[in-house]
Amino acid sequence: MNRREALSAVGWILGGTLVSADLLVACTSKPTKVNDLFDVDQVAFLNEVGETILPETSTPGAKAADVGSLMAVMVQDCYTKEDQDIFLKGISQIDEASEDKYGKKFMKLDQKQRTALLTALDQEQQKYQAEKAPEAPNHYFRMMKELTLFGFFTSEVGATKALRYVETPGRYDGCMPYKKGDRAWAT
Amino acid sequence: MADNVYDAIVVGSGISGGWAAKELTEKGLKTILLERGRNVEHVKDYVNARKDPWDFPHRGRRTQQMIEDYPVLKRDYPLQETNLDFWVNEKESPYTEIKRFDWYRGYQVGGRSLMWGRQSYRLSDLDFEANLKDGIAVDWPIRYKDLAPWYSYVEKFAGISGSRDGIPQLPDGDFMPPMEMNCVEKDVAQRLKDHYKGDRHMIIGRVANITQPHHNRANCQYRNKCWLGCPFGGYFSTQSSTLPAAMATGNLTLRPFSIVTKVIYDKDTKRAKGVEVLDAETNQTYEYFAKVVFLNASTLNTTWVLMNSATDVWDGGLGSSSGVLGHNLMDHHFRAGASGVAEGYEDKYVYGRRPNGIYIPRFRNVNGDKRDYLRGFGYQGGAGREGWGREIAELGIGGDLKDALSEPGQWTMGITGFGETLPYHENKVTLDKDKKDKWGLPVLAIDAEIKENEKKMRKDMMADAQEMLEAAGLKDVHTYDAGYALGQGIHEMGTARMGRDPKSSVLNAHNQVWDAPNVYVTDGAAMTSAGCQNPSLTYMALTARAVDHAVGELKRQNI
Repeated sequence: MNRREALSAVGWILGGTLVSADLLVACTSKPTKVNDLFDVDQVAFLNEVGETILPETSTPGAKAADVGSLMAVMVQDCYTKEDQDIFLKGISQIDEASEDKYGKKFMKLDQKQRTALLTALDQEQQKYQAEKAPEAPNHYFRMMKELTLFGFFTSEVGATKALRYVETPGRYDGCMPYKKGDRAWAT
Repeated sequence: MADNVYDAIVVGSGISGGWAAKELTEKGLKTILLERGRNVEHVKDYVNARKDPWDFPHRGRRTQQMIEDYPVLKRDYPLQETNLDFWVNEKESPYTEIKRFDWYRGYQVGGRSLMWGRQSYRLSDLDFEANLKDGIAVDWPIRYKDLAPWYSYVEKFAGISGSRDGIPQLPDGDFMPPMEMNCVEKDVAQRLKDHYKGDRHMIIGRVANITQPHHNRANCQYRNKCWLGCPFGGYFSTQSSTLPAAMATGNLTLRPFSIVTKVIYDKDTKRAKGVEVLDAETNQTYEYFAKVVFLNASTLNTTWVLMNSATDVWDGGLGSSSGVLGHNLMDHHFRAGASGVAEGYEDKYVYGRRPNGIYIPRFRNVNGDKRDYLRGFGYQGGAGREGWGREIAELGIGGDLKDALSEPGQWTMGITGFGETLPYHENKVTLDKDKKDKWGLPVLAIDAEIKENEKKMRKDMMADAQEMLEAAGLKDVHTYDAGYALGQGIHEMGTARMGRDPKSSVLNAHNQVWDAPNVYVTDGAAMTSAGCQNPSLTYMALTARAVDHAVGELKRQNI
């Protein structure tokens, strides 16, 4: 290390110290943000919601595809403000529903309880979607389920492990034999 | 030769401009190809072509920022994440909609040849004689026999795959081996043939994707990512096909960032001397001179150039003495049809992503059939098994849902009509001198709409689709009309039509502007009627034919 590098390393450490102090404060109050709307705890929460919707079976589940991170990106960049608010409020609504039914937050539930809770919410959203006016916004759980399916099946894990993916097929067969259990093509 | 003097100038580098450049340079003319947008180099600049779905931050979907930036593109499928760079920057290049008109533009070398749908069909005399027989607009100055050899010529070079089906209203061409129908499509085609006793046909799409290696291009790899640019050169584009051929002659100069603002017209000789160019990067003005000018700027921009030219002689611009410059704007109306479920194929699937579908040629107002509207429509569509996006309400959430969605769903088949729009004089474009683009140039104002003839046809597009799918044994057949606005077909045509009389047409039978015979227009602006077939192959054939004519006229010193 030459003198210039040594000096700049010190400068970096000094700067780093400041950042660390900042983080220390942050840890006691708010979790780190991943973008303007979501923090790491919410992403972890959404990964668990996703995993409950599409759990690991003989193939990996939604958490392995990190659908929580994709949901954070999609809601921030692709949703309208109105839909963002519905989605974010939905996270608290799941916890509220969990408190009502089990006396604890969603993240504290075991897998069976999570499945029961979200199955009820899925029935609620299906009923709501069937009855709502066409221009009315979607139910928050509809949004979470849609993004879970989209995020999982378009991910590398989903496309190559749950589905089959060939980047360049090279030929076309319009009448290939199929037997029950064969996986679908991604894209 | 001065560096701004050429034998020929081509304005625009899309499907028809690329053809003009190839033909002119191969016939020995020193040619400059002027393109208003940036360069896009074959393969190297197809930046997203080898990406996997998960490589895109939004997996291809549109963001709110994109929706804000692209108020026109957002109206239909083109607005998404994977090839946004191939579509025009709408803030830089606005236009005025007196009535809604969807104008989807591609401002770069290659133009929309990079993103086109590639369906390639010949017109027939059913189309070329239609205006005369119906007594509307003006008669085409050419017939099928005039264009047939040029269709063959361009098909052989472009590489069109398809089957020879012997259908008079959709003439066969010089095709590469066809792509394959899948098992459901094959059975539907046979059942339609039996049911309609040969009066209606379902054929594999004729498509500008090559099924054999061709001119240093690899055959189609069945990736179905054509509109990202193909690293294999599997489909026809300027970059994969005409541009390398033109470059190989040593006679071509390609100049990107060159907005042609006008044709320089010499009123003494009644000829064009060249064009004026505004450099899109530096805002400097340049002049280029040549013996012949080909306008291939895409339908509406070609007309825009004409309207800005020779205004010292004609207020309305070059070609306006006809009274029809800017008029008779056409498109193909679509987004109406039907779909249904095919049962009994649960043990069948496909391999590969075929970038093509099936085609049902026009059968209305053909062979004695008579409807309460003029002309007709063809269908495009296809069959396939549903994917993970299908609804399985009864499974709710959980492992069973995931495993079920990991398998393909039922087979469905859908067809959507592509209908002819008539040439209406009142469907027009004009210059809006009050609105300027980024470069201070006046923009186009578009005032056009579909009328009763098209609306009546759309009812048949739904009803006939339902009848045919049901006749073919499909279940749960539903019709739809998803709504349509002129322009949405991205087949804008007309506004500088060919004809037999300079008083009612802008171009003659060889695509020469009546008022400046060394100016040729061979893009969609030239169309006298629309047919219902996808039009690009016709532009290619018209262009090759017109270049042949122009070079002959130059030799004879007629232009």
